[in-house]
Amino acid sequence: MRHIISILMENEAGALSRVAGLFSARGYNIESLTVAPTEDPSLSRMTLVTSGTDEIIEQIIKQLNKLIDVVRLMDMTEGEHIEREMLLVKLRAIGGAREELKRLSDIFRGRVIDVTDTSYTIELTGTGDKLDAFLQAVDRSLILEVVRSGVSGIARGEKALRL
Amino acid sequence: MELTGAEIFVRCLKEEGVEYIFGYPGGAVLHIYDALYRQDDVKHILVRHEQAATHAADGYARATGRPGVVIVTSGPGATNAVTGIATAYMDSIPMVVFTGQVNTNLIGNDAFQEVDNIGITRPCVKHNFLVKDVRDLATTIKKAFYVATTGRPGPVVVDIPKDISANRTEFDYPERISMRSYNPTVKGHPGQIRKAVDLMLTAKRPMVYTGGGVILGEASAALTRLVRQLNFPITNTLMGLGAYPATDRQFVGMLGMHGTYEANMAMHNCDVLIAIGARFDDRVTGNVAKFCPTAKIVHVDIDPASISKNVKVDVPIVGSVEPVLAAMTKLIEDGGRKPDQEALAEWWKQIDEWRSMDCLKYDRESEIVKPQFVLESLYQITEGKAFVTSDVGQHQMWAAQFYKFDEPRRWINSGGLGTMGFGFPAAMGVQFAHPDETVVCVTGEGSIQMCIQELSTCRQYGLPIKIVNLNNRYLGMVRQWQEFFYQGRYAMSYMESLPDFVKLAESYGHAGMRIDKPADVEPALREAMKIKDRVVFLDFITDQTENVYPMIPAGAGQNEMILV
Repeated sequence: MRHIISILMENEAGALSRVAGLFSARGYNIESLTVAPTEDPSLSRMTLVTSGTDEIIEQIIKQLNKLIDVVRLMDMTEGEHIEREMLLVKLRAIGGAREELKRLSDIFRGRVIDVTDTSYTIELTGTGDKLDAFLQAVDRSLILEVVRSGVSGIARGEKALRL
Repeated sequence: MELTGAEIFVRCLKEEGVEYIFGYPGGAVLHIYDALYRQDDVKHILVRHEQAATHAADGYARATGRPGVVIVTSGPGATNAVTGIATAYMDSIPMVVFTGQVNTNLIGNDAFQEVDNIGITRPCVKHNFLVKDVRDLATTIKKAFYVATTGRPGPVVVDIPKDISANRTEFDYPERISMRSYNPTVKGHPGQIRKAVDLMLTAKRPMVYTGGGVILGEASAALTRLVRQLNFPITNTLMGLGAYPATDRQFVGMLGMHGTYEANMAMHNCDVLIAIGARFDDRVTGNVAKFCPTAKIVHVDIDPASISKNVKVDVPIVGSVEPVLAAMTKLIEDGGRKPDQEALAEWWKQIDEWRSMDCLKYDRESEIVKPQFVLESLYQITEGKAFVTSDVGQHQMWAAQFYKFDEPRRWINSGGLGTMGFGFPAAMGVQFAHPDETVVCVTGEGSIQMCIQELSTCRQYGLPIKIVNLNNRYLGMVRQWQEFFYQGRYAMSYMESLPDFVKLAESYGHAGMRIDKPADVEPALREAMKIKDRVVFLDFITDQTENVYPMIPAGAGQNEMILV
């Protein structure tokens, strides 16, 4: 099963490589990984999407907790949560396709953030599924470039991952 | 007063009560060596290869419980130390390894003797630090010792760039340290302990299985008390030997691939398994699908990640083993409770039946020196009181089977990583820790050659280590597997062009003996024990065809042993 694990870790050089190294050394799978400092500059927050059996996820969480740089973590998938991912996509937009792509972007609540005579760059935020659906809806031959941020997650309600 | 980083370094070691630092100098650590030269508190032991520095520090740590300390230079100094660091990591040995690094402004420039020490050691340390400012040096060293010695212990690397050891700052050693991201659990959950005790007391066929964690956690006395109170059978892993007196009736021997028949059969047939400070290693479990098929399992371990990693357990208890065992004993005493005596008597009858198979028997009439006989003789002549280190292979298994350890920290071997070359330098560390004790390195002609350069170190410091070399002219364990599983195609397992070990030892100023008759084994050992000022290299020419029995072949269950 797919799990979103959020990690608060010391904002120190090498902390990211400890997590990445753990996953490669133990053969765990990483679907996506995002990391940035939090409002407390001594802490980074990482969101990691992985998948595996319950036993493997349990081991992943224990092994992550064992890393000295990891301060706290939460398996978002255990409770109600919100996940978001941002997509930037550059599309060839010529002639009739321009109107069509604009309409499609509106349907997905995307925004055109850069325009040239021949291209649109669209920003779209949502769950990974929604971004997949958008990319499938667009004629493949029109896609020039795709950038995805990887998933960020946060718990619903008052539950918070903090010190 | 401002001190240089190098001066701060030695002051920190003094504050930590470090007695010995094992190392080898080089460019990046010259400032530190200069500071070591100008003081008398910490004694530096010069080895002949950095791998030996780490193994010696490791041996010192295993024999004393105090952290082993190492210093090596950047680049090859650090890479040579990696095998020793990984060895300590796999066996959870507290160790602090200082590696030199090039100047901070050169890091990343492919400078002379530069290597990414932090990157290279990351997967085989508990934690590592790169010191980027001399003002952080003292705190970092404090943290390194704290992390290495608390919780589940392990090696910690501190990488010190050369300029950091030259820069100056005020020295202020923190008395204690707290890290928000590191708070090892110590006390077991009382509810879980109660549940475990309830389960233990209902057992009809209980079995206690303990590992290195009991030794690391200084819990031998608590374990012995609990096990005697319950009259349960107990087995130790290779790492756990000595945690429970091996000569005690309740001890059924080591378990696992080359464990005793009675230990493995009792494991396979038990209904409640009490695992303490052990990690269900594959050499212990055999095929996990066939492991303890009828047992409910209690597992006490300080590392939550060890619990239900390989085998799913029923009652997990995360905590330091000593207080957990003491709490169990108290619960049972206070409640005036007893296990099912009738069932237990029946169970012991069964175990004694397995015991009567005498699974460690060997040919005592042989004209050729049997390795088992050498170890039995060693045990008798040293009255079971020696510190025994070993390398890796057949000799290691025979030592574990035939030398009965009644006390913890006397059996010192590389269990997890299985590092050939470990035994001899580890013995040096043990001998430094216990200068008046008998220290024996049980080895083979393959393993000993992997760190044989340390004969020179032993000469320099007058270490009277006894090397018991079981010389069968083969990499015995490799040969055994080739005989069993590769139809006797002995690929590269024959050791040709061996040196004359007697002459080799003598060339370093040590004593050497070659023993090729069973009748000479005991006299030679007795003679060796009298020599107290240098190494005695006992080269036993042993039976080439001898195999280690019993054996659970890889992938088999614990009840599927090959007996002699």
